[in-house]
Amino acid sequence: MAKYIGKRLLYMILSLWMIVTATFFFMRIAPGNPFASEKKLPPEIEANLNAHFGLDKPWYAQYWEYLVRIVNWDFGPSFKYKSQTVNDLINEGFPVSFLLGMEAIFIAVAVGVLLGIIAALKHNRWPDYTAMIVAVLGISVPSFIMASFLQYFLAIKMGIFPVARWESFMHSVLPAVALASTPMAFIARLTRSSMLEVLANDYIKTAKSKGLSRGVITVKHTIRNALLPVVTYMGPLTAGILTGSFVIERIFGIPGLGAHFVTSINNRDYTVIMGVTVFYSILLLVSILLVDIAYGIIDPRIKLAGGKKGE
Amino acid sequence: MEKLLEVKNLEVSFQTYGGTVKAVRGVSFDLHKGETLAIVGESGSGKSVTSQSIMKLIPMPPGRISGGQILLSGEDIVPKTEKQMEKIRGKEISMIFQDPMTSLNPTMRVGTQIMEVLIKHQNMSKTDAKNRAIELLRLVGIPMPEKRVNQYPHEFSGGMRQRAMIAIALAANPKLLIADEPTTALDVTIQAQILELMKDLQNKMDTSIIFITHDLGVVANVADRVAVMYAGQIVEMGTVDEIFYDPRHPYTWGLLASMPSLENDEKAELAAIPGTPPDLTDPPKGDAFAARNQYALAIDFEEEPPMFQISETHFAKTWLLHPDAPKVEPPEAVKKRMRQLSSTFEKPVVVKEGK
Ligand SMILES: Nc1ncnc2c1ncn2[C@@H]1O[C@H](COP(=O)(O)OP(=O)(O)O)[C@@H](O)[C@H]1O
Ligand code: SF4
Ligand SMILES: [Mg+2]
Repeated sequence: MAKYIGKRLLYMILSLWMIVTATFFFMRIAPGNPFASEKKLPPEIEANLNAHFGLDKPWYAQYWEYLVRIVNWDFGPSFKYKSQTVNDLINEGFPVSFLLGMEAIFIAVAVGVLLGIIAALKHNRWPDYTAMIVAVLGISVPSFIMASFLQYFLAIKMGIFPVARWESFMHSVLPAVALASTPMAFIARLTRSSMLEVLANDYIKTAKSKGLSRGVITVKHTIRNALLPVVTYMGPLTAGILTGSFVIERIFGIPGLGAHFVTSINNRDYTVIMGVTVFYSILLLVSILLVDIAYGIIDPRIKLAGGKKGE
Repeated sequence: MEKLLEVKNLEVSFQTYGGTVKAVRGVSFDLHKGETLAIVGESGSGKSVTSQSIMKLIPMPPGRISGGQILLSGEDIVPKTEKQMEKIRGKEISMIFQDPMTSLNPTMRVGTQIMEVLIKHQNMSKTDAKNRAIELLRLVGIPMPEKRVNQYPHEFSGGMRQRAMIAIALAANPKLLIADEPTTALDVTIQAQILELMKDLQNKMDTSIIFITHDLGVVANVADRVAVMYAGQIVEMGTVDEIFYDPRHPYTWGLLASMPSLENDEKAELAAIPGTPPDLTDPPKGDAFAARNQYALAIDFEEEPPMFQISETHFAKTWLLHPDAPKVEPPEAVKKRMRQLSSTFEKPVVVKEGK
């Protein structure tokens, strides 16, 4: 196990290095620079600014400096917000995004799994059709449309929830639902098909032949095994929530990391873009590792490579 | 001997997109206490559906028991509800399935899967159930049961899993054990061990067994009586001797002729029965076997044959037993083994459909 995790950590560092490098060079190729704006700056001032931020040095020097700083968990200053570092932005924005993301993941998993189970148990009857229509809507309606839709009806028309901002739990409900809708629909479909697959298995017939009640069979033999694929989906789910949050935070005016990220792309704020990208990558890689480890613990058939072999 | 099970005129059908599949069409047989009945027949002949109906395990819908009775110790189980069946399944009747690789839950410890039965039907505490599970594993010949009880199915070989299935099936001392091709998925040496184990346990526990197979070869070793199924019907039934040494139905002849035996060495061409079984959505008029039967008479395509009785225990459903039928000779491989049995009646007697 320790060996397996060690190996995985090594791969993670390698992937991170590649991501950092790729981001660095994409940023350089991209046209424009942080100080480009409608008004042309006098050349002396631009040169001064470039010198101040190190942009006058050759690319390999910049690249090396950047790598060294990242290893020290220092993402440097923001080009645009003079007084803030990228670390400040992350420290300030991430807790908000984290809360929103967790809420969305909770909704997606809880509601998705529930819908999937009901659909499978009532296969080809109205609860199944209803759940699957909800799922198709969830998958095909993009989250930003879902967001505006929720804002319009539940906030503006009915006034149940606040329209935007980030002040109380009530403020978090609509953005979390909007963020959760697509992954929730995926989870519902995944759970349903995996339930149906498990239900068709011989061991369910064995369980029935033992005289176990339908309830016991559903809980102990069906749902548990049907949820294994859902656990594997947690990695992509995290990624989906992360990227989804860029748009949703903008729409609801939430001061999270996603909103900062989008702003900094508009501003060509190199260091912020790179810093947040690296931060997101770390987050994603760690969550995928955690999911894999969890899966190995839940499914007895999986022996994490490096552990001892079966007989 | 006491009758444990009586199946009377059982009819089972499945509603499918292509129409109603009549999988079992009027099957009748009975089973005594401690007796082993083998049901043989090609794949698709309705063996599994018949046996699963006895536990009401067929998926309903699309399946439906559309007629007949299944009397367990004199009590009909066909009208019973699911709740009532839960008390019968695993306790009175239990079942071993064909593929031990898929019939155990892969994410549950083998011990727990045995304990479930004990907790449900014997009201045992967890600790007692675990100890009993270890005992049962030892009983079915699994070495180091104290360690094995905590393992998962993937840590067991195929033969070991089938032993574990037998432990599950016998945990609550059922009166009837249904084994649906329990050795088909195993290799030959393991097959023999499992059969040996089943016979051994039957003697110890006095269980009745319905043993389903498509291989007549294993039947002689395990069964007291044999029922031959074709296209959802029992076409011949008798003691092992009657079926092996005095078979009357051309389908049974075909099965016997295609059986590898000691005389014909293993490599010899087996005379498989030509053709395929009929579509049960729309069973043919007359005898279902007529189209594949080289001995078929004109009447076979018109009218279904009645059941004839050849001895106290021997029945066959073929027009060839009719007094007016021409005398026909069974194939060479079968004729070689034919013997005159003392119990045979003077003349076959027509019995009513379903006996
Ligand atoms: N769930 C089902 N739906 C439709 N038809 C079925 C179903 N189960 C069995 N059958 C049909 O019943 C017939 C008998 O099947 P089965 O009892 O499994 O045969 P055997 O066990 O003798 O190989 C087959 O024609 C099969 O197609
Ligand atoms: S009744 Fe006719 S078709 Fe059927 S087995 Fe007998 S001889 Fe063959
Ligand atoms: Mg079968």
